[in-house]
Amino acid sequence: MTLPTSIPESPAVEMQDIVLRFPGVLANDHVSFTLNKGEIHALLGENGAGKSSLMNVLTGLYKPQSGTIRVNSKKVVFNSPKDAILSGIGMIHQHFMLVPNQSVTENILIGLDEPRFTLNLKKYDEKVRELAAQFGLNIDPTAKIWQLSVGEQQRVEILKILYRGANILVLDEPTAVLAPQEADELILTLRGMAAQGKSIVFISHKLNEVRAVADRLTILRKGKTTAEGVPLEGLTKEKLASLMVGREVLFNLKKCDQEAGDTVLMLEDVSAMNNKDLPALKNVSLCLKEGEILGIAGVAGNGQSELVEVITGMRTCTGRIWMGGKNIANKTPQFSIEQGLAHIPEDRVGVGTAPNLSITKNVIMKNFEHEPISHRWRLDYTAANNQAKKLREQYDIQSPSVETQARKLSGGNLQKLILARELSSQPRLVVAMQPTRGLDVGAIEGVQQLLLNQREQGCAILLVSEDLDELMDLSDRIAVMYEGEIVGIVNPKVTDINTIGLMMTGMARRGTACDDGVFPPEAGQADADAGAQTGETDEAAQADAETATPEPPAPPEEEIEPAMPAEEAEYLPPETEKERILRKVRGPDWNKGGRP
Amino acid sequence: MNLDVILRAGISTGTILLIAAIGEILSERSGIQNLGVEGMMLFGAMAAFKVSYESGSVILALLAAIGAGGLLSLAHALVTIHFQADQTVSGLSLTFLGTGLALVLGEGLTGLNTPTVPNATIPLLSLIPWVGKIFFTDQNLLVYFGYLLIPASWYFIFKTKPGLHLRAVGENPAAADTLGVNIYRTRYLYTFIGGCMAGLAGASISVAISPGWYSNLTTSGQGWIAVALVIFAQWNPTGAAVGGYLFGMLRRFMLDLQGPTMLLGYKNPFFYDHNLVFFLQMTPFVLTIIALLWGSARARRKRLGAPAALGVPYVRGERGL
Repeated sequence: MTLPTSIPESPAVEMQDIVLRFPGVLANDHVSFTLNKGEIHALLGENGAGKSSLMNVLTGLYKPQSGTIRVNSKKVVFNSPKDAILSGIGMIHQHFMLVPNQSVTENILIGLDEPRFTLNLKKYDEKVRELAAQFGLNIDPTAKIWQLSVGEQQRVEILKILYRGANILVLDEPTAVLAPQEADELILTLRGMAAQGKSIVFISHKLNEVRAVADRLTILRKGKTTAEGVPLEGLTKEKLASLMVGREVLFNLKKCDQEAGDTVLMLEDVSAMNNKDLPALKNVSLCLKEGEILGIAGVAGNGQSELVEVITGMRTCTGRIWMGGKNIANKTPQFSIEQGLAHIPEDRVGVGTAPNLSITKNVIMKNFEHEPISHRWRLDYTAANNQAKKLREQYDIQSPSVETQARKLSGGNLQKLILARELSSQPRLVVAMQPTRGLDVGAIEGVQQLLLNQREQGCAILLVSEDLDELMDLSDRIAVMYEGEIVGIVNPKVTDINTIGLMMTGMARRGTACDDGVFPPEAGQADADAGAQTGETDEAAQADAETATPEPPAPPEEEIEPAMPAEEAEYLPPETEKERILRKVRGPDWNKGGRP
Repeated sequence: MNLDVILRAGISTGTILLIAAIGEILSERSGIQNLGVEGMMLFGAMAAFKVSYESGSVILALLAAIGAGGLLSLAHALVTIHFQADQTVSGLSLTFLGTGLALVLGEGLTGLNTPTVPNATIPLLSLIPWVGKIFFTDQNLLVYFGYLLIPASWYFIFKTKPGLHLRAVGENPAAADTLGVNIYRTRYLYTFIGGCMAGLAGASISVAISPGWYSNLTTSGQGWIAVALVIFAQWNPTGAAVGGYLFGMLRRFMLDLQGPTMLLGYKNPFFYDHNLVFFLQMTPFVLTIIALLWGSARARRKRLGAPAALGVPYVRGERGL
């Protein structure tokens, strides 16, 4: 049992000695937590440390076995989320709790006493609009949820809680799904709300972000608090990480400088539809070389999943995808695997593994048709088990045995299982989608190091991630996707993270499709309100210094757009090599109207 | 064969499908698929017929049917909501249970005469040329109930607070739960209402629209068609109305085809060749399959398809769907 380090004057929430037990798991072991009025309190911890469980106790979703909760110094017992809402506590879940085919207002009205029977949406649309304006949350109340971006959906979640008059807001990893600019905007909004007297709990495992937003923090590890209500001053990132993980975490990954080799994967004019039959990929051209990590940045839902699916043979497309001299577009996944492709899917449970099968069966899923596991029509389970045991050792998969069902593994171990299967096939190309999402700091480190090792061995890696820091750390080049197009390819060494953020939101464009790993001269940033010319020369010089062979400067009218007012700035990408050729062959109007 | 007759009869028999389908829509909108509609209908039809015969009261008969259907649906609700069993399996078993109970308890009712729900002509509305003759002249009272049910259920689902909660529970129960909507109570309630309406649909056969008890031929698979209609209707009562009346007309048309008529100047083959009749009897089911294919293809194109949580038991604490 731990006591608060300092007794706050008027805590909004006091949770004392909370014990929450699930069958076989002690999620919260005598955890205490205090939230002051008008503060932003960060709750930090690895996955499975009990952060979400603790907050689900506070919001009435779980009932603790023991412990007391006081809200505004009054003891409360929550039997359902409704009780918590009545006490002014609202939670914004990591997975948005929204009904996709209902409007914003409809989602906000669910579960309220008013309206009594008929909905009269017009009246409530107006109320929602007023509330949104009060807190500076820009949203159209009549829009359907599925039409909104993730950032907008989050605003709906916040509005939903504010509409209920909540004074205590719990946000579960709110920035995990946002582009950097959206995250900054959110943090500003939260600061504004704290200034208006709202108390905010901010769950996260992103250390930098916590330092930017929080007043105090509480850290959980394995269901216990390792720091409680500590002010942020004087805590280093390393100290925070070790409090979270319980050991030292190295933040410098070993990434060696190496030259990229031959082209492994080349996409030419690939277009595809999404599940709603809307264009999801629009004439994407890319190339990827041996020993290179190409990062794909973008806000979720801008075509990244579809890109991965067409490469791995899981989605039909138009255009050509060359791998090892063969066109793998519109072939079976089996065909791509035979060409040396490894796929680390986004959905670990649905696509990456068969959750009810054992580790062994999951591990052999790709090579069971070959010796030594199969002898003609028969499977040799001894050989399969041996292989599984070997990989379990090698990849450090924590499990009682190789007979354990995959679904019983934790997120990190499940990902290691997938990596073990995919990387042990000695692939030439690894397509990894969100390989570290939802993993804790320790596991992330392991996964990233594995990918870097593959790169060192000459494997080409396509890394799709929404975590820009990860992309900046690992990638040799970063291609930014926006609305199904590659809006630019940049070098992470010389590019500012905000520039990529702007490109992700479609505010800036640049780059080329296939350029031997050499980034084009910077075409000016969106916030460059004037002097694009000078900016260009500066950065071009910098770019030239980076690469041994300077690119011949392209004709300026193709590289630079006229400077525009800062808010409206939108830059067309400079022409790619291919487009330049097409223009020569077909005349200047070859693509009229084809580009925005 | 007379178009007006077919239309009139189609509206009339279509009402049976309409009531059952709207009941099932309410149930599925809450996330519970009940494939036992056929069983509940037959059980309701039997209960209505028996009570009507014993008591002589049509009101009691209808109430009995509603209660009978509702009772059976509660079994389904208990198994699928409380014990989180597979809804398909439970629904299929319910069909067998309902059919079996109806046949056993309905022993000896065949060929009896009972009081029935009367027909009526609506003043004024029946004077509208053609429309009045088809829709408002000498139709069963339950047909008029059907007319009211369509807009009422549509308004309820899309324009009221309970309707909003119903849709939310079927689409994203976790979201509704965090906002204080009681998922279990909602699902029990609408599964029960769906059962009640299936029972009423059964009663509308045996004591109203085509009165009589003919054991399992009373419903003759209309419960299944109602289930299929829900998909065809995209979980929308107006779609159920279109589909229900259309199928009702087709049924009547099939019956007419079997009469001793001349078809395009030839002797009607369906009347003279008994083997062909089997094909004719298949037609509603073939059309159902086609409607299903069409309905699901449309559902795939449109975003508003099946409720996202249809068939998925809700367990608090298991994130997502």
